[in-house]
Amino acid sequence: MQPDPVVHALVPDYPARFAPALTDPARATPDNVAGPRGKAAVKRYNVYRNNVTVSLINALASIYPAVQRITGAEFFRAMARFHIRKTPPTSPLLFEYGRDFPAFIAAYEYAQAMPWLADVARIERAWLDAYHAADTEPLGNGALAEVPPERLADVVFSPHPAARTMRSPFAAATIFAANRREEPSGAIDASVAEDVLITRPDHDVAVRHLPPGGAIFLAALMEAQPLGIAAAAAIEQVPDFDIGAAIAAMTEAGAFATLYLKGAS
Amino acid sequence: MNANAHPAAAPTAEARRLPVHPVAGQAGTSFKHEHLAAILADGKPKGFFEVHAENYMGAGGPPHRALETIRRDNPVSLHGVCMSIGGPQPLEKTHLARFTRLVERYEPALVSEHLAWSTHETTFFNDLLPLPYTEASLTRVCDHIDEVQQAIGRAILLENPSTYVLFPESTMSETDFIRAIARRTGCGLLLDANNVFVSATNHGFSALDYLADFPLARVGEIHLAGHAEQEDDEGELLLIDSHDGPVADAVWKLYEIVIGRCGAVPTLIEWDSNIPEWAALKGEAAAAQAILDRYAGRRSSDESHAA
Repeated sequence: MQPDPVVHALVPDYPARFAPALTDPARATPDNVAGPRGKAAVKRYNVYRNNVTVSLINALASIYPAVQRITGAEFFRAMARFHIRKTPPTSPLLFEYGRDFPAFIAAYEYAQAMPWLADVARIERAWLDAYHAADTEPLGNGALAEVPPERLADVVFSPHPAARTMRSPFAAATIFAANRREEPSGAIDASVAEDVLITRPDHDVAVRHLPPGGAIFLAALMEAQPLGIAAAAAIEQVPDFDIGAAIAAMTEAGAFATLYLKGAS
Repeated sequence: MNANAHPAAAPTAEARRLPVHPVAGQAGTSFKHEHLAAILADGKPKGFFEVHAENYMGAGGPPHRALETIRRDNPVSLHGVCMSIGGPQPLEKTHLARFTRLVERYEPALVSEHLAWSTHETTFFNDLLPLPYTEASLTRVCDHIDEVQQAIGRAILLENPSTYVLFPESTMSETDFIRAIARRTGCGLLLDANNVFVSATNHGFSALDYLADFPLARVGEIHLAGHAEQEDDEGELLLIDSHDGPVADAVWKLYEIVIGRCGAVPTLIEWDSNIPEWAALKGEAAAAQAILDRYAGRRSSDESHAA
């Protein structure tokens, strides 16, 4: 059968008519759908609206369980609904969704009493990225010991694919950890600033606190600055910064994949 | 029938790196990670496991470990949910490339996608949205299936949708549309018996008439799932394809009729929310297996495609 060339060339426009009202409750039911035998299609179309919105709220809830536990489900779902309408996903991979959600939370009128909530969300987003990151053997503890002492300042680390760092002016990591556990947590002083390292050395994602100066040090290393320069930056901020202990803890956590010597051929 | 166009033709023997687990005549279940420990503790046989392709499109981590573990000892069915084959816009090339890598990595016994769309322009709606059945949409859908099959080097099974609305612009029936797709692209079909029941109820047609008109010889897999009940604008029953409960009695009856006609086609119990204990899901699969076993060896319209 030869298709009519005119029809064949035409790009059907049904999604352009069907889609806009899916995430916009103010819009009417699309005019290109109907029920059978002259039945109305308002409730019928609303099934799709509901599927889209509820499934995307559920997607955000599964990415941000600690945020939901903190706010309660009703608050969370209202907040998520606003976000979905403003910023629907652009990728079919839902585990990539919600990257703008922490910034949305930071600006969300009803969340202003929880100024640390956006940073908790940032940790949860980094947690999921670490969970899906590529499988790479982390750098072993012995690797640095093989570097001649006079070359230590030239060591450059490449970060492990799962490694992420974050600095918060709040106790975001403590709040995150307390709300990913089943049991109730004690009182937390939210005003204590925390620096965080997120890694996945093997199966499990780990979220750790970094010591004072550790975030500056690690950020420099993850940007491929040589160890000498990273250490100098950390010591400038924290004069008694323990370089050896920091490197050992970060390596143990699985922050690095490999190391090489700057200038080495 | 063209050999290359055989439903869900598996990779050639020389290309295989993973063990081959036959899927013919078997019941299977949706694979949920929370069941992994119970599945591993369970004895054999367990049937096949179906996964949503998109959940395994991350670079690494626990999802791939879980799927590798399951794939080692069981047949796996790769079920794409987001390709947007039913939309008029071109397929997303990066998504198709990810899908292709999964097919190559896991060598699934079955590969399927939906007659639906989920992306418009740049927005992904995360739902299986309906399309009008016209010559223009048919051309687009066939082009998309050709592109997918070309990329993955094998035929897919295309699933019939459950729908809540109709498009007055449609010029052909769903069964005519699906038959034309199978003819033009050589794809196989995934017959979702619950979707047939849901759409038949929602649009007031006979599920048996639909099945009588459906190209059953092309069916390489069957889906069974639970549905929920709501009301339409006129206060009459509107069924929702919810995948959140046991298979309804009426759908079991429909299923037995299908198996009686097309033989012991691999059958999946689909359960995606309110997920029960492994034992409950396994029990549903055992009920399907009992029906399959009753009709084993009766398939005459098509040779087994799983070996």
